[in-house]
Amino acid sequence: MTEHMADPRSISNTVVALRGVGKTFDSGTAALRGFDLAVRDGEFVSLLGPSGCGKSTALRIIAGLSTASEGAVDNSAAGKIGFVFQEPTLMPWADVAANVRLPLELAHATANGAVAQALARVGLGDFAHSYPRELSGGMKMRASIARALVTEPHLLLMDEPFAALDEITRFRLNNDLLAVWQELRRTVIFVTHSVFESVYLSQRIVVMTPRPGRVFTEIAIPAPYPRDEQFRTSADYAGYCRQVAQALGRAMGGAAA
Amino acid sequence: MNGRALRILLPLFVLALVIAAWQAAVAVFAIPPYVLPGPGLVLSTLLADRALLWQSLLVTLTITFEGFVLAAVGGIALAVAFNQWRAVEYSLYPYAVILQVTPVVAIAPLLLIYLPQPLAVLACAWIVAFFPVLANTTLGLSSVDHNLLALFELYKASRWQVLWKLKLPAALPQMLAGLRIAGGLSLIGAVVAEIAAGAAGAGSGLAYRIAESGYRLNIPRMFAALLLLSLAGVVIFFVLSALSYLMLRRWHESALTRER
Repeated sequence: MTEHMADPRSISNTVVALRGVGKTFDSGTAALRGFDLAVRDGEFVSLLGPSGCGKSTALRIIAGLSTASEGAVDNSAAGKIGFVFQEPTLMPWADVAANVRLPLELAHATANGAVAQALARVGLGDFAHSYPRELSGGMKMRASIARALVTEPHLLLMDEPFAALDEITRFRLNNDLLAVWQELRRTVIFVTHSVFESVYLSQRIVVMTPRPGRVFTEIAIPAPYPRDEQFRTSADYAGYCRQVAQALGRAMGGAAA
Repeated sequence: MNGRALRILLPLFVLALVIAAWQAAVAVFAIPPYVLPGPGLVLSTLLADRALLWQSLLVTLTITFEGFVLAAVGGIALAVAFNQWRAVEYSLYPYAVILQVTPVVAIAPLLLIYLPQPLAVLACAWIVAFFPVLANTTLGLSSVDHNLLALFELYKASRWQVLWKLKLPAALPQMLAGLRIAGGLSLIGAVVAEIAAGAAGAGSGLAYRIAESGYRLNIPRMFAALLLLSLAGVVIFFVLSALSYLMLRRWHESALTRER
Protein backbone atom coordinates (compact mmCIF):
# COMPACT_ATOMS: atom_id res chain seq x y z
CA MET A 1 0.00 0.00 0.00
CA THR A 2 1.37 3.40 -0.93
CA GLU A 3 0.43 6.31 1.31
CA HIS A 4 0.52 9.74 -0.27
CA MET A 5 2.10 12.34 1.93
CA ALA A 6 -0.50 14.92 0.96
CA ASP A 7 -3.59 15.04 3.14
CA PRO A 8 -6.22 13.26 1.07
CA ARG A 9 -9.04 14.95 2.94
CA SER A 10 -10.50 17.76 0.92
CA ILE A 11 -13.55 18.44 3.04
CA SER A 12 -12.99 19.47 6.62
CA ASN A 13 -15.38 17.05 8.36
CA THR A 14 -14.60 14.04 6.21
CA VAL A 15 -14.47 10.76 8.15
CA VAL A 16 -13.38 8.44 5.37
CA ALA A 17 -11.43 9.41 2.27
CA LEU A 18 -10.20 7.03 -0.43
CA ARG A 19 -8.11 8.35 -3.30
CA GLY A 20 -7.31 6.32 -6.38
CA VAL A 21 -7.61 3.09 -4.43
CA GLY A 22 -6.88 -0.10 -6.34
CA LYS A 23 -6.99 -3.67 -5.15
CA THR A 24 -5.60 -6.66 -6.98
CA PHE A 25 -5.82 -10.02 -5.24
CA ASP A 26 -2.98 -12.53 -5.23
CA SER A 27 -4.98 -14.54 -7.75
CA GLY A 28 -4.59 -11.63 -10.19
CA THR A 29 -8.22 -10.53 -9.98
CA ALA A 30 -8.55 -6.76 -10.00
CA ALA A 31 -11.41 -5.87 -7.64
CA LEU A 32 -10.99 -2.08 -7.54
CA ARG A 33 -9.22 0.44 -9.75
CA GLY A 34 -9.03 4.19 -9.23
CA PHE A 35 -11.73 4.19 -6.58
CA ASP A 36 -12.44 7.58 -4.96
CA LEU A 37 -14.76 8.09 -2.04
CA ALA A 38 -15.24 10.77 0.59
CA VAL A 39 -17.77 10.31 3.37
CA ARG A 40 -18.73 13.12 5.72
CA ASP A 41 -19.31 12.86 9.42
CA GLY A 42 -22.82 11.62 10.22
CA GLU A 43 -23.65 10.79 6.63
CA PHE A 44 -25.59 7.73 5.42
CA VAL A 45 -23.97 6.59 2.18
CA SER A 46 -24.72 3.49 0.13
CA LEU A 47 -22.33 1.74 -2.22
CA LEU A 48 -24.50 0.29 -4.96
CA GLY A 49 -23.34 -2.06 -7.68
CA PRO A 50 -23.65 -5.49 -9.23
CA SER A 51 -22.26 -8.44 -7.31
CA GLY A 52 -18.54 -8.75 -7.74
CA CYS A 53 -18.01 -5.02 -8.35
CA GLY A 54 -15.65 -4.72 -5.41
CA LYS A 55 -18.00 -2.89 -3.06
CA SER A 56 -17.41 -5.38 -0.26
CA THR A 57 -13.69 -5.14 -0.92
CA ALA A 58 -13.89 -1.35 -0.59
CA LEU A 59 -15.71 -1.75 2.73
CA ARG A 60 -13.08 -4.17 4.03
CA ILE A 61 -10.30 -1.78 3.02
CA ILE A 62 -12.04 1.02 4.93
CA ALA A 63 -12.36 -1.31 7.95
CA GLY A 64 -8.68 -2.20 7.77
CA LEU A 65 -9.52 -5.88 7.19
CA SER A 66 -7.88 -5.69 3.78
CA THR A 67 -5.12 -3.47 2.41
CA ALA A 68 -5.25 -1.43 -0.77
CA SER A 69 -2.74 -2.38 -3.49
CA GLU A 70 -2.49 1.26 -4.51
CA GLY A 71 -3.89 4.66 -3.60
CA ALA A 72 -4.45 6.42 -0.29
CA VAL A 73 -6.84 5.44 2.48
CA ASP A 74 -7.63 7.84 5.27
CA ASN A 75 -10.00 6.88 8.04
CA SER A 76 -10.24 9.19 11.03
CA ALA A 77 -12.61 6.72 12.73
CA ALA A 78 -10.09 3.87 12.65
CA GLY A 79 -10.41 1.85 15.84
CA LYS A 80 -13.95 3.14 16.38
CA ILE A 81 -15.61 1.02 13.74
CA GLY A 82 -18.60 -1.27 13.89
CA PHE A 83 -18.92 -3.88 11.15
CA VAL A 84 -21.99 -5.87 10.14
CA PHE A 85 -21.43 -8.79 7.79
CA GLN A 86 -23.82 -10.24 5.24
CA GLU A 87 -24.30 -13.23 7.54
CA PRO A 88 -25.11 -12.61 11.23
CA THR A 89 -21.67 -14.07 12.12
CA LEU A 90 -22.60 -14.84 15.72
CA MET A 91 -20.74 -17.30 17.93
CA PRO A 92 -23.19 -20.24 18.16
CA TRP A 93 -21.83 -21.36 21.54
CA ALA A 94 -22.55 -18.03 23.22
CA ASP A 95 -25.92 -16.49 24.03
CA VAL A 96 -27.02 -13.18 22.53
CA ALA A 97 -25.75 -11.08 25.45
CA ALA A 98 -22.32 -12.74 25.32
CA ASN A 99 -22.15 -12.21 21.57
CA VAL A 100 -22.98 -8.54 21.93
CA ARG A 101 -20.51 -8.18 24.82
CA LEU A 102 -17.64 -9.61 22.74
CA PRO A 103 -16.16 -6.33 21.40
CA LEU A 104 -16.05 -4.91 24.95
CA GLU A 105 -14.52 -8.11 26.27
CA LEU A 106 -11.79 -8.12 23.63
CA ALA A 107 -10.91 -4.54 24.60
CA HIS A 108 -11.02 -5.46 28.32
CA ALA A 109 -13.69 -2.79 28.76
CA THR A 110 -16.45 -2.99 31.35
CA ALA A 111 -19.94 -3.50 30.00
CA ASN A 112 -21.81 -1.23 32.44
CA GLY A 113 -25.20 -1.64 30.87
CA ALA A 114 -23.90 -1.07 27.35
CA VAL A 115 -25.00 -4.57 26.31
CA ALA A 116 -28.55 -4.11 27.61
CA GLN A 117 -28.73 -0.71 25.94
CA ALA A 118 -27.53 -2.04 22.59
CA LEU A 119 -30.01 -4.93 22.78
CA ALA A 120 -32.86 -2.60 23.66
CA ARG A 121 -31.92 -0.36 20.73
CA VAL A 122 -32.45 -3.19 18.24
CA GLY A 123 -35.52 -4.58 20.05
CA LEU A 124 -33.86 -7.70 21.45
CA GLY A 125 -34.10 -6.79 25.13
CA ASP A 126 -36.03 -9.96 25.96
CA PHE A 127 -33.64 -12.29 24.11
CA ALA A 128 -30.37 -11.64 25.94
CA HIS A 129 -30.13 -15.25 27.06
CA SER A 130 -31.29 -16.92 23.87
CA TYR A 131 -28.82 -18.78 21.72
CA PRO A 132 -28.34 -17.73 18.07
CA ARG A 133 -29.95 -20.87 16.69
CA GLU A 134 -33.10 -20.16 18.68
CA LEU A 135 -33.56 -16.87 16.81
CA SER A 136 -35.07 -16.10 13.40
CA GLY A 137 -32.89 -14.73 10.60
CA GLY A 138 -34.04 -11.17 11.26
CA MET A 139 -33.40 -11.45 15.00
CA LYS A 140 -29.90 -12.84 14.40
CA MET A 141 -29.18 -9.82 12.22
CA ARG A 142 -30.49 -7.54 14.97
CA ALA A 143 -28.09 -9.19 17.42
CA SER A 144 -25.29 -8.64 14.92
CA ILE A 145 -26.20 -4.93 14.67
CA ALA A 146 -26.38 -4.65 18.47
CA ARG A 147 -22.85 -6.07 18.65
CA ALA A 148 -21.64 -3.49 16.13
CA LEU A 149 -23.29 -0.68 18.14
CA VAL A 150 -22.12 -1.75 21.60
CA THR A 151 -18.76 0.03 21.36
CA GLU A 152 -20.53 3.25 20.26
CA PRO A 153 -18.57 3.32 16.99
CA HIS A 154 -18.08 6.53 15.03
CA LEU A 155 -18.37 4.64 11.78
CA LEU A 156 -20.77 1.80 11.02
CA LEU A 157 -19.87 -0.37 8.03
CA MET A 158 -22.58 -2.69 6.74
CA ASP A 159 -21.93 -5.30 4.06
CA GLU A 160 -25.29 -6.26 2.47
CA PRO A 161 -26.63 -7.02 5.95
CA PHE A 162 -30.23 -7.63 4.88
CA ALA A 163 -29.63 -9.39 1.56
CA ALA A 164 -30.52 -12.83 2.92
CA LEU A 165 -33.76 -11.73 4.64
CA ASP A 166 -37.31 -11.85 3.35
CA GLU A 167 -38.77 -8.56 2.16
CA ILE A 168 -41.09 -7.98 5.11
CA THR A 169 -38.27 -8.48 7.62
CA ARG A 170 -35.96 -6.35 5.48
CA PHE A 171 -38.42 -3.43 5.43
CA ARG A 172 -38.78 -3.61 9.20
CA LEU A 173 -35.02 -3.71 9.73
CA ASN A 174 -34.58 -0.82 7.28
CA ASN A 175 -36.92 1.29 9.43
CA ASP A 176 -35.24 0.27 12.67
CA LEU A 177 -31.79 0.98 11.24
CA LEU A 178 -32.92 4.47 10.18
CA ALA A 179 -34.34 5.08 13.67
CA VAL A 180 -31.02 4.10 15.24
CA TRP A 181 -29.10 6.24 12.76
CA GLN A 182 -31.28 9.27 13.40
CA GLU A 183 -30.83 8.88 17.12
CA LEU A 184 -27.08 8.33 17.13
CA ARG A 185 -26.11 10.28 13.99
CA ARG A 186 -23.11 8.08 13.32
CA THR A 187 -21.61 7.76 9.88
CA VAL A 188 -22.95 4.73 8.01
CA ILE A 189 -21.50 3.18 4.86
CA PHE A 190 -23.97 0.62 3.57
CA VAL A 191 -23.16 -1.84 0.80
CA THR A 192 -26.12 -3.18 -1.16
CA HIS A 193 -27.11 -4.45 -4.59
CA SER A 194 -30.70 -3.32 -4.12
CA VAL A 195 -31.70 -0.06 -5.80
CA PHE A 196 -34.82 0.18 -3.64
CA GLU A 197 -33.01 -0.36 -0.38
CA SER A 198 -30.30 2.16 -1.21
CA VAL A 199 -32.84 4.85 -2.13
CA TYR A 200 -34.93 4.23 0.98
CA LEU A 201 -32.00 4.46 3.38
CA SER A 202 -29.39 6.79 1.98
CA GLN A 203 -28.63 10.47 1.73
CA ARG A 204 -26.22 9.68 -1.06
CA ILE A 205 -25.76 6.69 -3.33
CA VAL A 206 -22.41 5.84 -4.91
CA VAL A 207 -23.06 3.80 -8.05
CA MET A 208 -20.16 1.53 -8.96
CA THR A 209 -19.10 -0.07 -12.24
CA PRO A 210 -18.55 -3.81 -12.66
CA ARG A 211 -15.13 -5.20 -11.79
CA PRO A 212 -12.67 -3.64 -11.48
CA GLY A 213 -14.95 -1.35 -9.48
CA ARG A 214 -14.73 2.41 -9.57
CA VAL A 215 -17.26 5.17 -8.96
CA PHE A 216 -19.57 5.61 -11.96
CA THR A 217 -21.66 8.38 -10.48
CA GLU A 218 -23.05 9.69 -7.21
CA ILE A 219 -26.71 10.47 -6.68
CA ALA A 220 -28.05 12.49 -3.76
CA ILE A 221 -31.42 11.49 -2.31
CA PRO A 222 -32.59 14.76 -0.76
CA ALA A 223 -35.84 13.33 0.69
CA PRO A 224 -36.26 14.33 4.32
CA TYR A 225 -36.06 11.97 7.31
CA PRO A 226 -37.79 10.32 9.06
CA ARG A 227 -38.62 8.18 6.08
CA ASP A 228 -41.41 5.66 6.55
CA GLU A 229 -43.78 3.42 4.63
CA GLN A 230 -45.44 6.53 3.23
CA PHE A 231 -42.16 7.52 1.61
CA ARG A 232 -41.74 3.98 0.28
CA THR A 233 -45.00 4.29 -1.65
CA SER A 234 -44.54 7.92 -2.75
CA ALA A 235 -44.00 9.21 -6.27
CA ASP A 236 -40.76 10.84 -5.12
CA TYR A 237 -39.42 7.47 -4.04
CA ALA A 238 -40.39 5.90 -7.35
CA GLY A 239 -38.68 8.77 -9.16
CA TYR A 240 -35.44 8.36 -7.26
CA CYS A 241 -35.53 4.63 -7.84
CA ARG A 242 -35.92 5.15 -11.59
CA GLN A 243 -33.06 7.63 -11.61
CA VAL A 244 -30.75 5.29 -9.68
CA ALA A 245 -31.77 2.23 -11.70
CA GLN A 246 -31.00 4.11 -14.93
CA ALA A 247 -27.60 5.15 -13.58
CA LEU A 248 -26.89 1.57 -12.59
CA GLY A 249 -27.91 0.42 -16.06
CA ARG A 250 -25.49 2.90 -17.64
CA ALA A 251 -22.76 1.82 -15.20
CA MET A 252 -23.28 -1.75 -16.36
CA GLY A 253 -23.52 -0.66 -20.00
CA GLY A 254 -19.86 -0.93 -20.90
CA ALA A 255 -19.57 -4.41 -19.50
CA ALA A 256 -20.95 -7.73 -20.63
CA ALA A 257 -23.54 -8.04 -17.86
CA MET B 1 -45.47 -48.50 19.92
CA ASN B 2 -43.31 -45.40 19.60
CA GLY B 3 -39.80 -45.19 18.13
CA ARG B 4 -38.11 -44.76 21.47
CA ALA B 5 -39.47 -47.98 22.92
CA LEU B 6 -38.59 -49.84 19.71
CA ARG B 7 -35.02 -48.59 19.90
CA ILE B 8 -34.65 -50.22 23.31
CA LEU B 9 -36.81 -53.31 22.80
CA LEU B 10 -35.53 -54.44 19.39
CA PRO B 11 -31.85 -54.82 20.40
CA LEU B 12 -32.96 -56.58 23.61
CA PHE B 13 -35.03 -58.95 21.51
CA VAL B 14 -31.98 -59.71 19.31
CA LEU B 15 -29.89 -60.29 22.43
CA ALA B 16 -32.45 -62.77 23.82
CA LEU B 17 -32.55 -64.54 20.44
CA VAL B 18 -28.73 -64.90 20.30
CA ILE B 19 -28.54 -66.17 23.89
CA ALA B 20 -31.32 -68.70 23.25
CA ALA B 21 -29.61 -69.93 20.07
CA TRP B 22 -26.28 -70.17 21.92
CA GLN B 23 -27.85 -72.17 24.76
CA ALA B 24 -29.71 -74.41 22.31
CA ALA B 25 -26.55 -75.12 20.29
CA VAL B 26 -24.59 -76.03 23.42
CA ALA B 27 -27.39 -78.35 24.62
CA VAL B 28 -28.33 -79.98 21.28
CA PHE B 29 -24.77 -80.68 20.09
CA ALA B 30 -23.54 -81.47 23.64
CA ILE B 31 -20.58 -79.11 23.26
CA PRO B 32 -18.19 -79.49 26.19
CA PRO B 33 -17.59 -76.32 28.26
CA TYR B 34 -13.85 -76.23 27.39
CA VAL B 35 -14.87 -75.64 23.77
CA LEU B 36 -17.94 -73.49 24.16
CA PRO B 37 -19.52 -72.85 27.57
CA GLY B 38 -23.21 -72.03 27.65
CA PRO B 39 -24.43 -68.56 28.63
CA GLY B 40 -25.47 -69.83 32.07
CA LEU B 41 -22.00 -71.15 32.81
CA VAL B 42 -20.39 -67.87 31.66
CA LEU B 43 -22.66 -65.94 33.99
CA SER B 44 -22.02 -68.21 36.97
CA THR B 45 -18.24 -68.03 36.29
CA LEU B 46 -18.55 -64.27 36.23
CA LEU B 47 -20.17 -64.40 39.67
CA ALA B 48 -17.85 -67.05 41.10
CA ASP B 49 -14.67 -65.26 39.91
CA ARG B 50 -16.03 -61.79 40.62
CA ALA B 51 -13.28 -60.80 43.09
CA LEU B 52 -10.49 -61.73 40.67
CA LEU B 53 -12.22 -60.31 37.59
CA TRP B 54 -13.23 -57.10 39.35
CA GLN B 55 -9.61 -56.57 40.38
CA SER B 56 -8.50 -57.12 36.78
CA LEU B 57 -11.20 -54.82 35.46
CA LEU B 58 -9.99 -52.03 37.75
CA VAL B 59 -6.42 -52.50 36.51
CA THR B 60 -7.49 -52.33 32.87
CA LEU B 61 -9.80 -49.38 33.45
CA THR B 62 -7.08 -47.46 35.30
CA ILE B 63 -4.65 -47.91 32.41
CA THR B 64 -7.36 -47.03 29.90
CA PHE B 65 -8.24 -43.90 31.83
CA GLU B 66 -4.62 -42.81 32.18
CA GLY B 67 -3.97 -43.47 28.50
CA PHE B 68 -7.12 -41.54 27.59
CA VAL B 69 -6.24 -38.52 29.74
CA LEU B 70 -2.70 -38.42 28.35
CA ALA B 71 -4.07 -38.76 24.81
CA ALA B 72 -6.61 -35.99 25.41
CA VAL B 73 -4.09 -33.58 26.92
CA GLY B 74 -1.35 -34.50 24.44
CA GLY B 75 -3.63 -34.50 21.40
CA ILE B 76 -5.25 -31.15 22.21
CA ALA B 77 -1.95 -29.51 23.21
CA LEU B 78 -0.25 -30.73 20.04
CA ALA B 79 -3.21 -29.58 17.90
CA VAL B 80 -3.01 -26.11 19.48
CA ALA B 81 0.75 -26.04 18.87
CA PHE B 82 0.19 -27.08 15.23
CA ASN B 83 -2.39 -24.33 14.87
CA GLN B 84 -0.24 -21.61 16.43
CA TRP B 85 3.12 -22.45 14.89
CA ARG B 86 3.14 -23.73 11.33
CA ALA B 87 6.75 -24.92 11.74
CA VAL B 88 5.71 -27.29 14.54
CA GLU B 89 2.99 -28.77 12.33
CA TYR B 90 5.34 -29.26 9.37
CA SER B 91 7.99 -30.80 11.64
CA LEU B 92 5.85 -33.23 13.60
CA TYR B 93 2.73 -34.11 11.62
CA PRO B 94 4.39 -36.77 9.41
CA TYR B 95 5.61 -38.59 12.50
CA ALA B 96 2.20 -38.44 14.14
CA VAL B 97 0.82 -40.10 11.00
CA ILE B 98 3.57 -42.75 10.96
CA LEU B 99 2.87 -43.54 14.61
CA GLN B 100 -0.81 -43.88 13.77
CA VAL B 101 -0.48 -46.11 10.68
CA THR B 102 1.99 -48.52 12.28
CA PRO B 103 -0.13 -51.25 13.90
CA VAL B 104 0.11 -51.05 17.67
CA VAL B 105 0.35 -54.86 17.84
CA ALA B 106 3.69 -54.51 16.07
CA ILE B 107 4.95 -51.73 18.31
CA ALA B 108 3.88 -53.32 21.60
CA PRO B 109 6.58 -56.07 21.76
CA LEU B 110 9.28 -53.45 21.19
CA LEU B 111 7.91 -51.16 23.88
CA LEU B 112 7.77 -54.13 26.24
CA ILE B 113 11.51 -54.61 25.74
CA TYR B 114 12.48 -51.03 26.49
CA LEU B 115 9.90 -50.00 29.08
CA PRO B 116 8.69 -51.57 32.31
CA GLN B 117 5.46 -53.41 31.54
CA PRO B 118 2.92 -50.99 33.10
CA LEU B 119 4.55 -48.10 31.27
CA ALA B 120 4.64 -50.01 27.98
CA VAL B 121 0.93 -50.82 28.27
CA LEU B 122 0.18 -47.19 29.02
CA ALA B 123 2.28 -46.07 26.06
CA CYS B 124 0.30 -48.39 23.75
CA ALA B 125 -3.00 -47.03 25.04
CA TRP B 126 -1.71 -43.51 24.43
CA ILE B 127 -0.36 -44.17 20.94
CA VAL B 128 -3.65 -45.46 19.54
CA ALA B 129 -5.81 -42.92 21.37
CA PHE B 130 -4.02 -39.64 20.79
CA PHE B 131 -4.22 -39.45 17.01
CA PRO B 132 -8.00 -39.05 16.64
CA VAL B 133 -7.89 -36.28 19.25
CA LEU B 134 -5.05 -34.57 17.38
CA ALA B 135 -6.60 -34.95 13.93
CA ASN B 136 -10.10 -33.87 14.96
CA THR B 137 -8.97 -30.93 17.07
CA THR B 138 -6.65 -29.74 14.30
CA LEU B 139 -9.55 -29.83 11.87
CA GLY B 140 -11.81 -27.97 14.30
CA LEU B 141 -9.26 -25.25 15.03
CA SER B 142 -8.72 -24.55 11.35
CA SER B 143 -12.37 -24.49 10.29
CA VAL B 144 -13.38 -21.33 12.14
CA ASP B 145 -15.82 -18.99 10.35
CA HIS B 146 -13.68 -16.49 8.40
CA ASN B 147 -16.00 -13.61 9.17
CA LEU B 148 -15.70 -14.30 12.90
CA LEU B 149 -11.92 -14.23 12.47
CA ALA B 150 -12.27 -10.89 10.66
CA LEU B 151 -14.45 -9.61 13.49
CA PHE B 152 -11.81 -10.54 16.08
CA GLU B 153 -9.18 -8.84 13.89
CA LEU B 154 -11.34 -5.71 13.64
CA TYR B 155 -11.48 -5.45 17.43
CA LYS B 156 -7.72 -6.01 17.66
CA ALA B 157 -8.01 -9.30 19.53
CA SER B 158 -4.71 -10.78 20.66
CA ARG B 159 -3.54 -14.14 19.40
CA TRP B 160 -4.54 -15.75 22.70
CA GLN B 161 -7.97 -14.14 22.70
CA VAL B 162 -8.52 -15.61 19.22
CA LEU B 163 -7.45 -19.01 20.53
CA TRP B 164 -9.43 -18.98 23.79
CA LYS B 165 -12.56 -17.14 22.80
CA LEU B 166 -12.89 -18.25 19.19
CA LYS B 167 -10.86 -21.20 17.97
CA LEU B 168 -11.15 -23.54 20.96
CA PRO B 169 -14.92 -23.09 21.46
CA ALA B 170 -15.43 -23.45 17.70
CA ALA B 171 -13.37 -26.64 17.70
CA LEU B 172 -15.23 -28.16 20.65
CA PRO B 173 -17.63 -30.38 18.63
CA GLN B 174 -14.80 -31.96 16.62
CA MET B 175 -12.63 -32.19 19.73
CA LEU B 176 -15.36 -34.10 21.58
CA ALA B 177 -15.87 -36.40 18.59
CA GLY B 178 -12.14 -37.17 18.73
CA LEU B 179 -12.31 -37.86 22.46
CA ARG B 180 -15.24 -40.22 21.96
CA ILE B 181 -13.18 -42.28 19.52
CA ALA B 182 -10.11 -42.04 21.77
CA GLY B 183 -11.94 -43.57 24.76
CA GLY B 184 -12.62 -46.84 22.94
CA LEU B 185 -9.19 -46.89 21.28
CA SER B 186 -7.43 -46.37 24.60
CA LEU B 187 -9.11 -49.53 25.91
CA ILE B 188 -8.07 -51.40 22.75
CA GLY B 189 -4.47 -50.17 23.09
CA ALA B 190 -4.28 -51.33 26.70
CA VAL B 191 -5.71 -54.76 25.80
CA VAL B 192 -3.38 -55.23 22.83
CA ALA B 193 -0.31 -54.42 24.93
CA GLU B 194 -1.36 -56.80 27.70
CA ILE B 195 -1.99 -59.61 25.23
CA ALA B 196 1.41 -58.91 23.66
CA ALA B 197 3.02 -59.12 27.09
CA GLY B 198 1.18 -62.44 27.35
CA ALA B 199 2.52 -65.25 29.52
CA ALA B 200 5.83 -63.47 30.06
CA GLY B 201 3.99 -60.53 31.55
CA ALA B 202 3.30 -59.91 35.18
CA GLY B 203 0.13 -58.03 34.39
CA SER B 204 -3.17 -58.50 36.09
CA GLY B 205 -5.55 -56.70 33.74
CA LEU B 206 -8.55 -58.27 32.00
CA ALA B 207 -6.62 -58.97 28.80
CA TYR B 208 -3.99 -60.79 30.80
CA ARG B 209 -6.78 -62.85 32.40
CA ILE B 210 -8.06 -63.76 28.95
CA ALA B 211 -4.61 -64.87 27.81
CA GLU B 212 -4.00 -66.78 31.03
CA SER B 213 -7.42 -68.48 30.95
CA GLY B 214 -6.72 -69.49 27.35
CA TYR B 215 -3.51 -71.25 28.32
CA ARG B 216 -5.35 -73.02 31.14
CA LEU B 217 -8.30 -73.97 28.92
CA ASN B 218 -10.55 -72.12 31.38
CA ILE B 219 -12.85 -71.06 28.56
CA PRO B 220 -15.79 -69.93 30.75
CA ARG B 221 -13.52 -67.42 32.49
CA MET B 222 -12.26 -66.24 29.08
CA PHE B 223 -15.83 -65.50 28.09
CA ALA B 224 -16.57 -63.82 31.41
CA ALA B 225 -13.51 -61.55 31.06
CA LEU B 226 -14.41 -60.79 27.43
CA LEU B 227 -17.93 -59.88 28.50
CA LEU B 228 -16.58 -57.45 31.09
CA LEU B 229 -14.22 -55.92 28.54
CA SER B 230 -17.07 -55.29 26.09
CA LEU B 231 -19.22 -53.81 28.85
CA ALA B 232 -16.35 -51.50 29.83
CA GLY B 233 -16.05 -50.33 26.21
CA VAL B 234 -19.78 -49.68 25.98
CA VAL B 235 -19.79 -47.74 29.26
CA ILE B 236 -16.83 -45.60 28.13
CA PHE B 237 -18.62 -44.81 24.89
CA PHE B 238 -21.83 -43.81 26.66
CA VAL B 239 -20.05 -41.69 29.27
CA LEU B 240 -18.16 -39.77 26.59
CA SER B 241 -21.30 -39.41 24.45
CA ALA B 242 -23.16 -38.02 27.45
CA LEU B 243 -20.32 -35.60 28.15
CA SER B 244 -20.40 -34.46 24.54
CA TYR B 245 -24.17 -34.02 24.64
CA LEU B 246 -24.04 -32.00 27.86
CA MET B 247 -21.40 -29.65 26.50
CA LEU B 248 -23.04 -29.07 23.12
CA ARG B 249 -26.75 -29.33 23.82
CA ARG B 250 -27.40 -25.59 23.85
CA TRP B 251 -25.85 -24.80 20.51
CA HIS B 252 -24.55 -27.55 18.26
CA GLU B 253 -26.67 -29.24 15.60
CA SER B 254 -25.35 -32.68 16.58
CA ALA B 255 -26.92 -32.44 20.05
CA LEU B 256 -30.31 -31.15 18.93
CA THR B 257 -33.32 -33.12 17.90
CA ARG B 258 -34.78 -31.95 14.65
CA GLU B 259 -38.25 -30.41 14.85
CA ARG B 260 -40.70 -31.96 12.45
